[in-house]
Amino acid sequence: MTAKIRIDALTKRFGEGDRGHLALQEFSLDVAEGEFVCLLGPSGCGKTTVLRIMAGLEQASSGAVVTSPPPPGRPANSMVFQEHGLFPWMTALENAAYGLEMRGVPRREREARALEFLARIGLVKFRSHYPHQLSGGMRQRVSLARAFVNDPDILLMDEPFAALDAQTKLVLQQELLALWEAERKTVVFVTHGIDEALSLGDRIVVMTGAPGRIKQVVPVPFERPRDPASLRADAEFGRLSLEIWHLIEREVQAA
Amino acid sequence: MRGGGMTPATQERLVAIASPLAALLAWQALADGGVLDTRYLPSPWRILLAGEQLARSGDLWAHTRASLYRLAVGFALGAVPGILIGMMMGLNRFLRAALDPLIAATYPIPKIAVLPLLMLVFGIGDGSKIAVVAVSVLLLSAINTMTGVLGIDRVYFDVAKNFRSPPWKLFTRVILPAALPTVFAGLRISLGVALVVLVGAEFVASRAGIGYLIWSSWETLAVEDMFVGIIVITMLGVVTTQVLKECERFFLPWRH
Repeated sequence: MTAKIRIDALTKRFGEGDRGHLALQEFSLDVAEGEFVCLLGPSGCGKTTVLRIMAGLEQASSGAVVTSPPPPGRPANSMVFQEHGLFPWMTALENAAYGLEMRGVPRREREARALEFLARIGLVKFRSHYPHQLSGGMRQRVSLARAFVNDPDILLMDEPFAALDAQTKLVLQQELLALWEAERKTVVFVTHGIDEALSLGDRIVVMTGAPGRIKQVVPVPFERPRDPASLRADAEFGRLSLEIWHLIEREVQAA
Repeated sequence: MRGGGMTPATQERLVAIASPLAALLAWQALADGGVLDTRYLPSPWRILLAGEQLARSGDLWAHTRASLYRLAVGFALGAVPGILIGMMMGLNRFLRAALDPLIAATYPIPKIAVLPLLMLVFGIGDGSKIAVVAVSVLLLSAINTMTGVLGIDRVYFDVAKNFRSPPWKLFTRVILPAALPTVFAGLRISLGVALVVLVGAEFVASRAGIGYLIWSSWETLAVEDMFVGIIVITMLGVVTTQVLKECERFFLPWRH
């Protein structure tokens, strides 16, 4: 197995001295090419910090993230942000085409590519809508589109479905899996939902409370392609869910 | 009460139209009946006649044009550099640190107080009125624009960084549109202040303009003409505010 991403002893401290806060301590992880890894942990455990360092939005205090270089012409990574990450002044189409616009792709081509993707997620009719005119589920679909259309080597997802209601969340998980099956990008997905991590991931990296370290890595045995809805009826799903809960229970209580 | 098949919205609209009309009629009746002293409060009809006469003579248009010209030029000369300065202050903390005390010191000065100074520099003609409007607008738009830039949600900068926006595109596609609502809020406030300052300047140091019309009518006790001036300057405020709103609708389609 070739490591696409090698995270080596990543430590992140915010602030200085006594007022400082150690968010992440000696976090090490290898992610394989095409693998879907979920980072799971209580609030404030530093899982988003790992992602932000990978996305280039934060500097590590020590340690490093090394990724094998992307194929020529493609960006290394694109991030799907939590809710409110879309630009309110851009239409759904402009938001979806944003990455290509920043890369200097001519308007016709980038809009064609964005439109093609909006078609795959059923949003063509809403291409001229602004985010505030869309439902929460549609907005996060556009957020997915913005990252996927940019065609990155690695997808980073920061609790993209956390603010959605349970049913919409399930639908978006299904859609994300379908999109991922088609392209098999390397994904690092941050969540605090055990069900979500079990439904989506190949492996679940369970983290401790602050400072964030790896508590245990849980391989997810379910066959692909998966359906997150019917997985929930699987006895193994329930067993794993409980097992992971026991892993993080004390961390959550302490958080 | 049943409104005879009218929707509540229609009823409310009718009441909203009827009440000012009723007030005007009452005013007219009280003036005609000798209850009001028409030396101070002439009847609406007499004001209308005075307005017609002023319009016919061409004076009204000349005054309106003079005020409109000063307002438009002063507003533009204040807003454009004000927005640019505010943008730069919002984006560069050194510039912000350097200009903040200057703005803090000049902002509380009632701008009309520096009119005599401006008249020394720009003369007693249009120049000084334009300058006093421009100064008022410049400070207000600079402050509001800076506030708008500083208030931009961090997540937009994160997205821009993750998607590797080149600096120029970061400005045109993220910073500018994100700050624009606050910029426009500043322009709306500036417009109101600009009108106040302009009329004040025209009161004391002018041979033309609506402010001059109001003031000179007072001096000659032409109370009807004074009311005409008040009405015209109010309409000027309403129309220019509406123009600004239309600009906002055009530049901020996502807000509507």
